[in-house]
Amino acid sequence: MSGANRIAGAGRLTPAKTVRFTFDGEIYTALEGDTLASALVANGVHLMGRSFKYHRARGVLGAGAEEPNALMGIERDRARRQPNVRATVQEVFEGMKATSQNRWPSLAFDIGAVNNLMSPFFAAGFYYKTFMWPKAAWQKLYEPIIRGAAGLGVSPDEADTDHYASRYVHCDVLVIGGGVCGLSAALAAAKSGASVVICDEQAQMGGALAYENGVTLYDEAGFDWAGKTAAELAGMDNVRVLTRTTAFGYYVQNFVALSERVTDHLAEPDADLPRERLWQVRAKRVIIATGAIERHMVFANNDRPGIMLSSAARTFLNHYGVAVGTKVGVYTANDSAYETAFDLKRVGVSVEAIVDCRDNPGEGKLSTAADLGITVKTGHSVTNTKGARRITAMVVERNGGGGAKTIAVDALIMSAGWTPSVHMFSQSRGKVAWDADTQRFLPGDYAQDCVSIGACNGTEDLQASVDEAIAAGEFAAKAVGGKRAANLKIAASGGGGWSGGVAGSADGAGPDTTVKAFVDFQNDVTAKDIRLAVREGMHSIEHVKRFTTNGMASDQGKTSNIHGLAIAADALSREMPAVGLTTFRPPYTPVTFGSIVNHGRGQLFDPTRKTPMHGWAEEHGAVFEDVSQWKRAWYFPRIGEDMHAAVNRECKTVREAAGVFDASTLGKIEVVGPDAAAFLDLMYTNGWGKLKPGRCKYGIMLREDGFIYDDGVVARIAEDRFHVTTTTGGAPRVLHHMEDYLQTEFPHLDVWLTSTSEQWAVIAVQGPKAREIIEPLVEDIDLSNEAMPHMSALEGKICGVPTRLFRVSFTGEAGYEVNVPADFGRAVWEAIWERAEPLGACAYGTETMHVLRAEKGFIIVGQDTDGTVTPQDAGLSWAIAKSKPDYVGIRGLMRPDLVADDRKQLVGLKTKDANTVLEEGAQVVADPNQPIPMKMLGHVTSSYWSENCGRSIAMALVAGGRAKMGETLYVPMPDRTIEVEVTGTVFFDEKGERVNG
Amino acid sequence: MLLIHCPYCDEERPELEFRHAGEAHIERPTDIKSISDEEFMKFFFLRDNPKGVAYERWRHMHGCGRFFNAVRDTVSDKFVMTYEAGKPRPDGDELRAKSKETNQ
Ligand SMILES: [Zn+2]
Repeated sequence: MSGANRIAGAGRLTPAKTVRFTFDGEIYTALEGDTLASALVANGVHLMGRSFKYHRARGVLGAGAEEPNALMGIERDRARRQPNVRATVQEVFEGMKATSQNRWPSLAFDIGAVNNLMSPFFAAGFYYKTFMWPKAAWQKLYEPIIRGAAGLGVSPDEADTDHYASRYVHCDVLVIGGGVCGLSAALAAAKSGASVVICDEQAQMGGALAYENGVTLYDEAGFDWAGKTAAELAGMDNVRVLTRTTAFGYYVQNFVALSERVTDHLAEPDADLPRERLWQVRAKRVIIATGAIERHMVFANNDRPGIMLSSAARTFLNHYGVAVGTKVGVYTANDSAYETAFDLKRVGVSVEAIVDCRDNPGEGKLSTAADLGITVKTGHSVTNTKGARRITAMVVERNGGGGAKTIAVDALIMSAGWTPSVHMFSQSRGKVAWDADTQRFLPGDYAQDCVSIGACNGTEDLQASVDEAIAAGEFAAKAVGGKRAANLKIAASGGGGWSGGVAGSADGAGPDTTVKAFVDFQNDVTAKDIRLAVREGMHSIEHVKRFTTNGMASDQGKTSNIHGLAIAADALSREMPAVGLTTFRPPYTPVTFGSIVNHGRGQLFDPTRKTPMHGWAEEHGAVFEDVSQWKRAWYFPRIGEDMHAAVNRECKTVREAAGVFDASTLGKIEVVGPDAAAFLDLMYTNGWGKLKPGRCKYGIMLREDGFIYDDGVVARIAEDRFHVTTTTGGAPRVLHHMEDYLQTEFPHLDVWLTSTSEQWAVIAVQGPKAREIIEPLVEDIDLSNEAMPHMSALEGKICGVPTRLFRVSFTGEAGYEVNVPADFGRAVWEAIWERAEPLGACAYGTETMHVLRAEKGFIIVGQDTDGTVTPQDAGLSWAIAKSKPDYVGIRGLMRPDLVADDRKQLVGLKTKDANTVLEEGAQVVADPNQPIPMKMLGHVTSSYWSENCGRSIAMALVAGGRAKMGETLYVPMPDRTIEVEVTGTVFFDEKGERVNG
Repeated sequence: MLLIHCPYCDEERPELEFRHAGEAHIERPTDIKSISDEEFMKFFFLRDNPKGVAYERWRHMHGCGRFFNAVRDTVSDKFVMTYEAGKPRPDGDELRAKSKETNQ
């Protein structure tokens, strides 16, 4: 048995195909093809959730994407659970676990419901007002409570084990919506030769045909025609049919994002299938066929479980074979609800009364009702309802009051009319226009190559809609160059209209009342709240929306926006368009992060760059650190060593024997051409013309404003060829910066720039034994001090492979940087290591590199500089060529602020207690006893324990620092104040003799 | 995601291949060393940031690598046209003709 409310012979599901699922721990049986909502209603369960603010009992309102109430947690296992799933969209599968939300400890007994009794305190805007005072209470009291109460559902607490996919598609025509219009348009376009993608959010194509059982196309039942047409389309080579696929975002140039739910309906999905697939569609033309969404009636207590849209009740009956009740009341301002009432009555469900607030229903409705024996009360309204966890009765009064009668019902279906679904049109930046005749917003001015058809375009008659769809499909195909004309004709009959109805509060819920007539169910916004917002001075719908949160829930006001607007307009005595309609923004319905992130997780989140020697470092126990996208060996701990011990040992070893360091991540740019030196003269502060081939020099690159942008060693390989190195993270932006100037400011220079960062592996061998280590391996290069002094760069061979051998030092020791083609990197490294190890050298990592360079006062751009530091500030004035007529930054450096005396300058700091290591980023002050906030002189940029110096060392940017040599300054910390002495930045080998080895 | 026409590749390519590079038609003074503070401020710091038609530089970063200029409407986000670096700023007539073309 798949539920007591299943009607034999009704609906399209197969009675024999049952599936079992749980809802809040109870086991239920459903039919294959059920949504969670239809399955629960079939089992007589209407109480499906609690509302967000008042925790009122709520049932299902709709049967599709518009659902504001029936939001569930859906779980396969601990890692795969998702909150806020609309029960009307989620298909049931065997073993599914569904959980209601916003209730504690249980759905039936919910402590938060006390909010409902306290509702006078929770009026619109209460967040902004109630919690204003006292200020101190905000952080400690109000915010935790609000945060605890806010948020729908429970997030999973484990990483999602599903995977998600992404596809790009280019097509001639994208059709959004697979109802009668979408299918007709797609068929017309496809038969005219266009490549077509058609998508629909439902499991099957058909749209409203799922419940509109009076529609025939080619003398065929509407939904059957839809199935056949979808199959015909799917069989065509030029068409892609996507079901369970929501077009959620319409961006510029007809770029539309679709989210396909691939496995959410399957009990045991194939592990190879993605859970969802993001389709990024670029369409030459878009046809919007998104239909219309029914509105509820706004009256007192219109939110009890069992009260729902007439289209929902009709869908549950005609598609799922489920009756929403046994004694059904109808409240309408529109003809559509009559059709639902008639369908229910015809299958034997008692319809207690049709309450129509209009005096004159549409043609034939009264007579059909009479034939079926249904009482119709025209000119009446439902003014209240009764029942705790489900509606038990409706109170019916004459319009204007009087003659109140209570009618027992267990379901109440309602229709205030239909709102054309202009979301996609509005997202495309089209401007909606107010249609005064039908009191609706319809597509007005288009901003992109798209067209709206059918109900979302305000077209009433079925045949007219189908004709419009075919014309749109054929036009789109022609516009993209289609040569054939399909000349399609589809004969259509039946179906109700989409116009008529009311917007705003119903009789008995007007301005003179204080009843709770809900406009926005999910955010618990009532008609009264909107009027309050207007009274408090919100005169634009954008303000009303933010003050009341109307339309700001996850359903984005699909059922509530028009009501809210009408009530605000009424309170302001203005026309609806004068109050405005809020712009619709993506996503149309909530989209999972998985879908958006899709492949970009784990290893694919961000590329990991590894040097050619990475494997060697791994095998030798390196601990790695991330430096931009690179993995760099941080230190090489030996057994029993912590980081501190390892770094101390590495630092000592390099200065006493030697060390080998992987410097491959250095950025490298090959600058080639007859004007290469002239170009570098413009890009760097230094002069390059006199640099001889085979020599290299430290260069500083500025931005036009005079601040340091990058630095690095530049070698002249030949007259017209330079090997430029950049900081590890700086290579792409430095190349971009160089290209920019070369292409746009100095295009007369004959120069080519090539990134060679990954083409060279770089092995730094540093220390007193550096030469001894590499000498036997090197061919064609004389390593003697005379032939190859400090700051040389010569080409030759090492281990039989070509090398650019640099004699440079970032440690202050004599040393080399061996550049070899990347593929030889590891082999050469191993050959060097084979010689280095027996000589007492070590492999060292980036931490030791940092300490050693700090001992020598060498800066790291981005650590000791921050984009506001000039070469003078950094103590690098010597690197500025005085006689050059121009270079980037030359004028910036002359700015008054940049030549001022009190600028922050890079200095050394020595703590008075040699064992105290400062924290990088700590502030420096002159007087630690001054009142807070203190005057800060600058901050610590680099700080380390130096085993070689036997004390802590630090560099800092300090205002007027170089004039403060020998002075005592202070570094206030939370628990103490540290006394420091201002010093020079070189802590080791001040005379710099060691580099000459 | 925008499609951007690279005037060098003569291809419409996705935005991801491009990088914005600030306002166009700002020329670095040839004798920059001798300009006044005022002139330097105008050259380096002040930008138009108009609502409506903006002249911008873009680079086909992950394509040909060339910098080029573009006219874009900052309200609609639409590219009216793109053109090679060094070409003069397109005039009103040219823009009107182009924007008609793109609106069709
Ligand atoms: Zn290009």
